[in-house]
Amino acid sequence: MKGRPNLYTSYQDETQLFSTRTQKVAIVLFLVVLVLMPFDLPVIDKIPFVRFLGDNTWLRVVNRMLIFCISALGLNILSGVAGQVSLGHGFFMGVGAYTAVLMGGANTSSLWGWGLPMWLWLPAAGAVAAGVGILVAPAAVRVRGLYLAIVTLGLVFIGLHLSRVFTEIAGPGSLGRKWPKLQFRIWKEETPLIDFSDKGHWFWFDISRNQKTYLLLLGLTVLFALAAANIGRTRTGRALAAIRDRDVAAEIMGVPEAKYKTIAFAISSFYAGVAGALLASMVGQMPPEFWDLILSVEFVAILLIGGMGRVSGVLYGTFFVVMSHRLVEEVVKWASRQAEGEGIFAALWDGLISVENGDFGFITLSESALGYPLPASALDEVIYGLLIVVFMLFEPLGLYGIWIKIRNYWKGWPFSY
Amino acid sequence: MSSLPMLFALSTVDTFVQTFFKAMALGSLYAMLALGFVLIFKATQTVNFAQGAIALTGTWFLSIIFIDWDVPGRWLPGPNYVHWVIALLLAMAATAVFGLIIERLAIRRMIGEPIFSMAVITLGLEVAIRVVASDAVSLTPRILGVPWGIQTFKIGEAVVSWSYISAIVATAIVFLITWRFLKTRTGVAMRATAFDQEAALAQGINVGRIFAIAWAAGAALAAMAGIFSSMSPWAAAGTASREGAFFAFRALPAVIVGGLDSVIGALVGGLLIGFMEIFAGQYLSGYVGVLGVGYQQVVPYVVMLIALLIKPYGLFGTEEVRRV
Repeated sequence: MKGRPNLYTSYQDETQLFSTRTQKVAIVLFLVVLVLMPFDLPVIDKIPFVRFLGDNTWLRVVNRMLIFCISALGLNILSGVAGQVSLGHGFFMGVGAYTAVLMGGANTSSLWGWGLPMWLWLPAAGAVAAGVGILVAPAAVRVRGLYLAIVTLGLVFIGLHLSRVFTEIAGPGSLGRKWPKLQFRIWKEETPLIDFSDKGHWFWFDISRNQKTYLLLLGLTVLFALAAANIGRTRTGRALAAIRDRDVAAEIMGVPEAKYKTIAFAISSFYAGVAGALLASMVGQMPPEFWDLILSVEFVAILLIGGMGRVSGVLYGTFFVVMSHRLVEEVVKWASRQAEGEGIFAALWDGLISVENGDFGFITLSESALGYPLPASALDEVIYGLLIVVFMLFEPLGLYGIWIKIRNYWKGWPFSY
Repeated sequence: MSSLPMLFALSTVDTFVQTFFKAMALGSLYAMLALGFVLIFKATQTVNFAQGAIALTGTWFLSIIFIDWDVPGRWLPGPNYVHWVIALLLAMAATAVFGLIIERLAIRRMIGEPIFSMAVITLGLEVAIRVVASDAVSLTPRILGVPWGIQTFKIGEAVVSWSYISAIVATAIVFLITWRFLKTRTGVAMRATAFDQEAALAQGINVGRIFAIAWAAGAALAAMAGIFSSMSPWAAAGTASREGAFFAFRALPAVIVGGLDSVIGALVGGLLIGFMEIFAGQYLSGYVGVLGVGYQQVVPYVVMLIALLIKPYGLFGTEEVRRV
């Protein structure tokens, strides 16, 4: 009987994060590959995808993905675990980012900033966002479902207005201001102890800034993912799941609904705040318009495409959504090369893509093109809007659901169930 | 409080009349949009977040039909006003068909699925439609050809735009029609569907047809609101613009304040939010330093948050009965 899947002999076994030995080995190997991915190493490079993602230009996309992952994990606790719909996740990211810039940013005549080190502003970004989440909770906890979605959507617009009013914090108009870099200092000394934002020499190797940032973000993401997975196993997580499944029943069983919903808001905002601060610091400068509704919708899309309520689903979803932006661009580039070439399908691609002015086709590569041929960046948004629709229609469990189906097929083979 | 007497000095009767018409007109637009949300919510139990994108599509249709094709004008003699109204109706019909297509492809399959799934589908549609439509509309500014254009008339010294009057009249007509419609057989069927989809199906009501009617009506209303909100005294000044897509989100507070499932609520909520916004914009403008430029656009959301703390399901909304 030993070693059979799904056979648990103690409660402790069943509640483990990684229950089988295969899973434990797999996760360790996966982490090793992730850590070594950006470096030029003989064995790692042979794994498909890794060479491609470890490339310096793609590493920037991967870094962005890791940050989005942290934020999406937060929304997952609110939406996936506690069942509360939020369209205001981008707002909380903005709160975190502006806390970071207020605490860590430079102080000039027109801008406020205290110049504090990262180990202070990063947790503070999360804490302040969580505090704002608790402040909003009284209005949000009273309503459910779509009313809640609309309330949180209102937050986004209020936040956008506030960031335009307080130019001392947000910086001038559409430009924004410079965020503190990802540098580790003990206090305000000149040379940082560890500098993640510049290339350097670690141990015996030269290391680029993207690789450094990647390692930092990977560490944080693993930390936050573990925390998120563990929250689901605690008393709080079970209370949240009870509220998601049937809130009235949960209350009758003695789960104080308002309290736990507030906790869910606070945790999710904490994740969002940290992610917002990291994102702004990595990019360096951001206009207030960045923290708009589309950002929030993106996180809902990540959850839905990946699969709600599961940490692994969030990882799939983030990978898919963040990558899709670049992939669409690459595909359009590839297709336009095909259209100009001599291949069998050249005519087909030529029909789809307008290479030069006046050419027939509904997609164009030139960003300056106005009107009808859609620029590739717009196409990307259209595709991802339609993806949300397609996933909701055909695979409500998302990529995680597809994985479950594949797994069950092999598990049950040759029987269909 | 030194600025308070100054405020009263500024607010002559004329300013008040002018502000009143402005508020009535904006409130009517909000009410029109809110009615679209409410109709779709009543039938399908979901908020259509794509309403703004559909409104944008509607303005685009009108611009194509009236300006590019000159549709009623090339065959009909007669005044420009009549042509424009016919073109408006045609654009609304075209948008209604567009709404029907969306409903058939994406919404009909979701009967009985969780409410949130359906709302998210509309969010996805919003992203896709808005990008395509705003690329077509706003990168090449289009003209709506509104016959009264920027013309105004005077009551005393107060300047009132004809666009305001037209928006108010249009909203009145639309609400009258909706009110009559809800008393017809189909209207009753729609109310039954709103109450319980499965029970309605069991009673022999064609729920799919109700969905279709609601979406067609909602899309047509969105188009109308989009067109009127693209007229001259409002944001986009005579051109169909991207503003319309985000304008619809500003009507959401009206829906929440009035109640998501109440036609009367849409009217009251729309007017209330419109009045709040315009009067705050007019009479608090002395405090722009503190509140920031464009603060009046945030007023609806603030009102919404406060209203939720007092009445979570709106003034006229049905309070959810919670049973285990």
